[in-house]
Amino acid sequence: MATHSRLYWAFSDSLTMIARSLRHITRNFELLFLTVVLPVFLLLLFVYVFGGVIDVGSAYVDYVVPGLILMCAGYGASMTTVTVAHDMVNGIVERFRSLPIVSSAMLTGHVVASLVRNMISVTLVVAVALLIGFGPTAGPLGWLAALGMIALYILAISWAAVALGLIAKTVEGANGFSFFILFIPYLSSAFVPAESLPSWLRPIAENQPITPTVEAVRGFLMGTPLGNSVWLSFAWCGGILLISVIGGTYLFKRRTSR
Amino acid sequence: MNDDVVIEATGVEKSYGRVRVLTGVDLRVEKGTIFSLLGPNGAGKTTMVRILATLIKADAGSVLVAGHDVARNPVRVRRSISLTGQYAAVDELLTGEENLRMMGRLYHLGRKAAWRRTDELLEAFDLVKASRRPVKTYSGGMRRRLDLAVSLMTRPPVLFLDEPTTGLDPRSRQAMWDVVRDLTVTGTTILLTTQYLEEADRLADRIAVIDHGKVVAQGTPDELKRQVASEYVELVLDDGENYDRALRGLGAAAVHTDPQLRSVSVASDGSPGGFRRILEWVEGQGLAVTRVRVKSPSMDDVFLALTDNPDKSTRSDSVSRKVGI
Ligand SMILES: Nc1ncnc2c1ncn2[C@@H]1O[C@H](COP(=O)(O)OP(=O)(O)OP(=O)(O)O)[C@@H](O)[C@H]1O
Ligand SMILES: [Mg+2]
Repeated sequence: MATHSRLYWAFSDSLTMIARSLRHITRNFELLFLTVVLPVFLLLLFVYVFGGVIDVGSAYVDYVVPGLILMCAGYGASMTTVTVAHDMVNGIVERFRSLPIVSSAMLTGHVVASLVRNMISVTLVVAVALLIGFGPTAGPLGWLAALGMIALYILAISWAAVALGLIAKTVEGANGFSFFILFIPYLSSAFVPAESLPSWLRPIAENQPITPTVEAVRGFLMGTPLGNSVWLSFAWCGGILLISVIGGTYLFKRRTSR
Repeated sequence: MNDDVVIEATGVEKSYGRVRVLTGVDLRVEKGTIFSLLGPNGAGKTTMVRILATLIKADAGSVLVAGHDVARNPVRVRRSISLTGQYAAVDELLTGEENLRMMGRLYHLGRKAAWRRTDELLEAFDLVKASRRPVKTYSGGMRRRLDLAVSLMTRPPVLFLDEPTTGLDPRSRQAMWDVVRDLTVTGTTILLTTQYLEEADRLADRIAVIDHGKVVAQGTPDELKRQVASEYVELVLDDGENYDRALRGLGAAAVHTDPQLRSVSVASDGSPGGFRRILEWVEGQGLAVTRVRVKSPSMDDVFLALTDNPDKSTRSDSVSRKVGI
């Protein structure tokens, strides 16, 4: 039993937890819906329904895809908040804790599953977008950079979702928190240019993580000016990640050692 | 520490805010025995089990499990224990088989060993047919059985079971008892809590009764019964008037009284002389008695005598009154 090193088991435990969380995707209709159906539905809705009335100076599908990807990541992450909260109020966390495993392996499982789920959504959205006229100008490097930005954003927001799930005392409460994550894309340049927002909203749109991340992804894919969006996005995502990892780990310890 | 003592708790205290849940609990459990914690709802049984299983920390006192201090070395302790909590702790979305395999891996069994043990446990707990269904489709009893199966994944040296048979039908309960007894044969030490007094009586080598966060009695089932009352004699009185007179005459010596059945019980040492003295007293008083029965105390009597109902404030009085006749 103890023939392997600690590191081996830490890795193996995390993999087991990841496999568990990934299985949940296929078992939970809501998760599956939010991962597969909703992103594509939103894409079609934005492009064909709102796209006709929003003027962004170019094809709306080109404008909206990066923002939509980030919004879907928000939906995906909000489910993570709920699943984490569910685990915490369920006896299963007790069982995990009486095992000789790294206690944060459970959180790792949730985060990685969230990452995988969201990357599936991203792939689907991009594939459908390409079919309906999305025409990015990026080369392979541009794609890689854009995917990197998206992955970093998803990682940060997934950890934030985990932390929110640990703050919530009930599953319903977690649902409420996740509303917060879902709402911020609307107050950014994801769907309309920041300049077109009313002046009092503009400072909010310009000082939040979605706007620089969307601008950076758009810059890499469509060749629009990047400005300082990449660095701003790094700063936002890095900050959120740092606070959420530290806060989440602390909350998990506190919640489970009463 | 004695090698044979697997669980040793001394002066364990725990409070939640102002609520003092445990107020100095001492326990000693020997290797290969079944130890049962008994007590009314809210007595602190689950809290005690959670402290022993390293899930929460005691405010004061020391706890050694399998030779390690739970506060200083919880990871070591976790390698030797397994816990089935009061509420089923299984993954609802996974199947029974997946739950077991996952836990096997988390207990650090190799993949093959985890798979093999899963099959054995599914068989032992009669879950083979349901093994490929998500747990959320299981009945309460099936869930409970799966939960217990998970705890037995590694045949741990120390097993904690918090109300293992609550919600099980008689057949499953019997099967569970068999499993638990078999485990002690191979040296496993088991601490369980239960609400079923019969279960404690039939299964446990030793019992501790906790009430208001303290151990109020500890011993083998027989010792406890003897402590509460030896045998007792039940008198069924002819009518209400005789019943009242018997009550007045016996005073504190009446152990159980039941106005509906008009029955009064008197403690007795079980000897012919003791029995005769009671009958002589009845005759001397001229009481009309319709029936006389000699009864052995049951675990129910132990429970009722030693634990208190919440609105009674002078618990020590009631215990000494009932124990000391
Ligand atoms: N996390 C907590 N916060 C506050 N109070 C708690 C907490 N956990 C337990 N308690 C209190 O501690 C007391 C003992 O609870 P515990 O669960 O140990 O009882 P129990 O003996 O297992 O009861 P039951 O037979 O009903 O399972 C109760 O009064 C309960 O309300
Ligand atoms: Mg309990």
